[in-house]
Amino acid sequence: MVNSFTWMIGGPQGSGINSVAENFAKACIRGGLHIFANIEYHSNIKGEHSYYRLRVDSREPRSHVDWVDLLVALDRETMFGDLNKVHPTHRGHRHEVSPGGGIIYDSSLKLQPESFGRDDIKLFPVPYMDLLIDALKEFGKDKELSKYQVMVNTIALGASIGLVDYDFDLATEAIKEGFTGRKAALGDLNISAARHGYDYAKKMFGQNAFPIKLRKQPLGAKRMMIRGVQAIAIGKLKAGCGFQTYYPITPATDESEYLESHQPEYNMIVVQAEDEISAINMATGAAHAGLRSSTSTSGPGFSLMAEGLGWAGITEAPGPVIILWQRAGPATGLPTRTEQADLRFALHAAHGEFPRIIIAPGDVAECFYDTFDAFNYAEHYQVPVIILADKFLASTYKDIPLFNTDGMKVDRGDLVQEADLAKSPDYKRYQFTDLGISPRARPGLKGGVFWTTGDEHDEYGHITEAADLRVRMMKKRMNKIELAGQVIPNSKKAILHGPTSAPITLVGWGSTKGAILDGMEDLRADGIETNFLQIRYVNPFPTDFVQKVLSSSRRTVAVENNYSGQMAGLIRERTGIAIDSKVVKFDGRPFSQNEVYEGVKDVVRDGAKEVTLSHA
Amino acid sequence: MLELKNYRTQVHNDWCPGCGDFGIVNAIQMTLLEMQLEPHRIGLFSGIGCSGKTPHFVNAYGFHTLHGRVLPIATGAKLANPSLTVIAVGGDGDGLGIGAGHFVNTGRRNLDFTYVLHDNGVYGLTKGQASPTLPKGLKTKSMPAPSIVEGINPIAMAIASGYTFVARSYALDVRHLKATLRAAIEHRGSAFVDVLQTCPTYNDINTKEWYAGDDLPSKAPRLYKLEETGYDGKVADPTVRDETNLKKGNALLKSFEWGEKIPIGVFFKVEVATFEDQLANRMPALKEKPFVEHDIYSRDISPLLDELA
Repeated sequence: MVNSFTWMIGGPQGSGINSVAENFAKACIRGGLHIFANIEYHSNIKGEHSYYRLRVDSREPRSHVDWVDLLVALDRETMFGDLNKVHPTHRGHRHEVSPGGGIIYDSSLKLQPESFGRDDIKLFPVPYMDLLIDALKEFGKDKELSKYQVMVNTIALGASIGLVDYDFDLATEAIKEGFTGRKAALGDLNISAARHGYDYAKKMFGQNAFPIKLRKQPLGAKRMMIRGVQAIAIGKLKAGCGFQTYYPITPATDESEYLESHQPEYNMIVVQAEDEISAINMATGAAHAGLRSSTSTSGPGFSLMAEGLGWAGITEAPGPVIILWQRAGPATGLPTRTEQADLRFALHAAHGEFPRIIIAPGDVAECFYDTFDAFNYAEHYQVPVIILADKFLASTYKDIPLFNTDGMKVDRGDLVQEADLAKSPDYKRYQFTDLGISPRARPGLKGGVFWTTGDEHDEYGHITEAADLRVRMMKKRMNKIELAGQVIPNSKKAILHGPTSAPITLVGWGSTKGAILDGMEDLRADGIETNFLQIRYVNPFPTDFVQKVLSSSRRTVAVENNYSGQMAGLIRERTGIAIDSKVVKFDGRPFSQNEVYEGVKDVVRDGAKEVTLSHA
Repeated sequence: MLELKNYRTQVHNDWCPGCGDFGIVNAIQMTLLEMQLEPHRIGLFSGIGCSGKTPHFVNAYGFHTLHGRVLPIATGAKLANPSLTVIAVGGDGDGLGIGAGHFVNTGRRNLDFTYVLHDNGVYGLTKGQASPTLPKGLKTKSMPAPSIVEGINPIAMAIASGYTFVARSYALDVRHLKATLRAAIEHRGSAFVDVLQTCPTYNDINTKEWYAGDDLPSKAPRLYKLEETGYDGKVADPTVRDETNLKKGNALLKSFEWGEKIPIGVFFKVEVATFEDQLANRMPALKEKPFVEHDIYSRDISPLLDELA
C-alpha cells in the first residue's frame, strides 16, 4: 500500500514528540503529500503519557482514525498503558496497531514478542541509545549523552522514514529548518541521529519489512502546515487587530504567544493581564478607544469574562472579538482535552439581554476567514463577537493552501471623523437611528465627547431609569442582531455538504466538521447515503435555512462533542424541529473518522436515539 | 481660554448633600481648567458606586465602567491612545475590595495615568456596609456590629504594588486636592491619590468634625501636610536602588501613621520608564503617533504564510 498511513509517536511529556511529529509532517508536505496531525497530552509538565498522531495521505485527510499503522514508542507505557494506576488513562497503543502494522521500540527494554499479545503485527526493536551514542561520536559529543538524550526521538523518526521508505532528504530539510542561527549545530546533530535510525532500519529490517510505503507526489501550489491557534492569530493580524489580551490558559495561550512573537513586525500590543476579568475589560477599553481588539481564552477564563461581556454589550462597544477555545469542563474539567460544551454558555453568558455574534469555524481555514469577519462585525454592529473554537482545532495541524486574501475588506462601520463632528455639534454616541447603529466617535476626537455606562442610558450615554428610554434602548440594541441576521448571507451561516437530499442528514458545528466529512465517505462506501448540515453561525442563527434543510430531511442525526447535544437543543429552540438521534462524545477526545461512521451506523442499525462514543 | 463651564455637564447630580464626592469632582474640574486640558483629550473613567457617577458630571470622554474594573478598562483605552490624559476614579470598595487584583497589577505596569481613590470607609450606595479601608473595631451608623477585620492601608498597598507616584489628600481641602491631582496628572507613570472623604450619610465616625480634630483635647486638625514637615518622598536618582528602597521604606512608615495625626501629601515619587515607553521600545512605530492613528488595516500577512509553508 502506498500513501495511506497513520503514524503515532508516544512518550512521556518532555520527550520531544511534538518536534519529531511536526518534522515528519513537514517532510510529507514537502513531498506533495497531505497530513492531519493531532496531539493528546496530560495537564502535566513532565512525565505523563502523551501521543501525537500523524495521518498521511495522497488526498487531503480532514480527520484522524483510531488505528495506527506504525507506532513509535519512546517508552514502555506507550505500548502497554498505565494499567498500574488506580484509574488507567489507556491500555496501551499496541491495541490500536492495525493488522500488518508495526511498532518501533527501544530494544533495550528486552521485550518478549509474546508480551505484545499480537501475532498480527511486526516488531521493530531499535537500540535507541546505542545509535544515539554512535551519532554523537561523530561530533565528539558522546560524553555528553545525558544532555542529548532527548534526541532518541529523532532516531525513531529516522527509523520510521526508513521503514516507510520515504525520501530522507525531505526529513533532513525539515529538521534543519527547526535549528537555525546559533542552534544550527544542533540541527546537524539531529540529522545525524535521524540518519543512524534510518540506516539501522534499512539494514536490520530490510526493504520490505513494513507494508506501507510513502512516495513523493508532484508538488502543486504552496501549502502551509498550520493549526487553529495560528490561523486565528493571522486572521487577527489581517483584520487590523492591534490589541490582544490574555491570561495564561490551555489551550488558548499559544495564540497570544504567536502574536507576541510577531509584535515588532506588525505593531500589535499583547498584554498578559492579571486575570480574564482584566483581559476582557482591557480589550473592551481599547475597542471603545478605537483600536480593534481581542482576547483569547478557554472555558474557565470565559466564565470570568461573563461580567465584562455584558458591559461590552450594553455599552455597544465595537468589540472585542473573544476567542473561546473550548475544553472539557466544567471548572478545570479535563484541562488539556477537547469539548464542544460551551455553545449554550457563549450564547447566554452574562446577565441580561444584549446582542452578540457567535461564529463556530469548522476547520483551520475557516478559523482564519471567520476571525477576519468577526472584527468587521464587531465594529460594524458595535457588538462583542465570540469565536467558538476548541482544543482540537487549536492544536491540530493540517496542510492547506495559502489563505486567499483577495477581496477581504476591512469594514470599520460608521466611525465618525472630526470633520463630521464639526458639522453636527450635538454628538450623541447612542443616537437612535433606523437600524439601531449609532455613529461612533472615539476618545481624542474634537467634538466627539461622549459618555458610556453600564447603566441604562440616554442617547448621550448618561444614566437613565426612564421606562420609555429603557424600552427604546433595548430595542435599538437587540435590533442589531436581527439586522446582522438579515445582512450576513446564509451561505456564510450554514453549509449543506453532500447531496441536497439524502436519507440521513448529519448535523454538526465546529471542529467535528472534518471527521463528519470523512466519516460520510465510509458510510457511503457502506451503502449509507448522508448529507451534512454544518452550522457555522450560532448567532445570528440561520433559522430559515436550517428549517428548510431539516424539514425535508428524512432522518436527522446530530454529531456533537458534548453530553447533551447543545446544537440539537438550539435547533429545536429556533426551528421547532427535534433532531431524531444524537451521536455524542464527551470523554475529552475528538471524534475520529471511524467513530462518526460507527456512531451513525449504530443509529441506522438500531434506530438508537442516542449513542455515546468513547475511545481512550 | 477654557473656562470652568467647559468642564461641566448639565447632568442632574444626586449625591447626598455634603458628600465628599463634590469636593473631588470640583477639584478634578479645577485641575483640568488650571492645566487647560481640552475636554476631548481627557478620558475620565469610573467604577461603580456613588463615585462611579463622576464622569457624567465632567465634560470629557467619560467611561462609567463595572464594579472594580475601572483600571483594566482605563488601561485598554490608554494603550490604544496614549495621547489621552487618563484619570480613573473609584471608591475604596471598588478599588481595594472587588478590584484589588487590578489595583495591584495596574501598579506593576506603571501606565501613565492617574487613579483617584474615593476613600470613605463605607459602601455608600448599598447603604453603608464596611469597606476595605474601615479600621478594625469600628462600627459606622448602619453596620449591625463592629468590623472584625483589618482595614487596608491604600498607601502602603500602592507602594508595594509599584505605583510610581503615591499621595494622599482630603476631599474637603480642595486647594490641596487640586495641587495633588495636578502633580499626579503631570507625573509620567502610574499615580495614585488616596482621597480621604466624608460620607455624611453613613460614616458617622470619620466626619468633617473628626478630621478637624474637634474630638481631640488639643482641638488640632488631624491632617497635616507632609511637605511642611520637611518630608521628601521623591527619589532623586531612580538608578540608585538603595535610595528607592529607602524612600519606599520611609513612605511605608509614614503611611501607617493614623489616629490623632494623619499625613497628607506626596508619600513617594519615582520616575522610571512607563509601560507605554517599554512597548514603544519593542515597537518603535508607536513612538510616532498614538497607536489608534496608525493604519494597521492593510497588513501584509504573506511573510507569515510563507513561514508556515
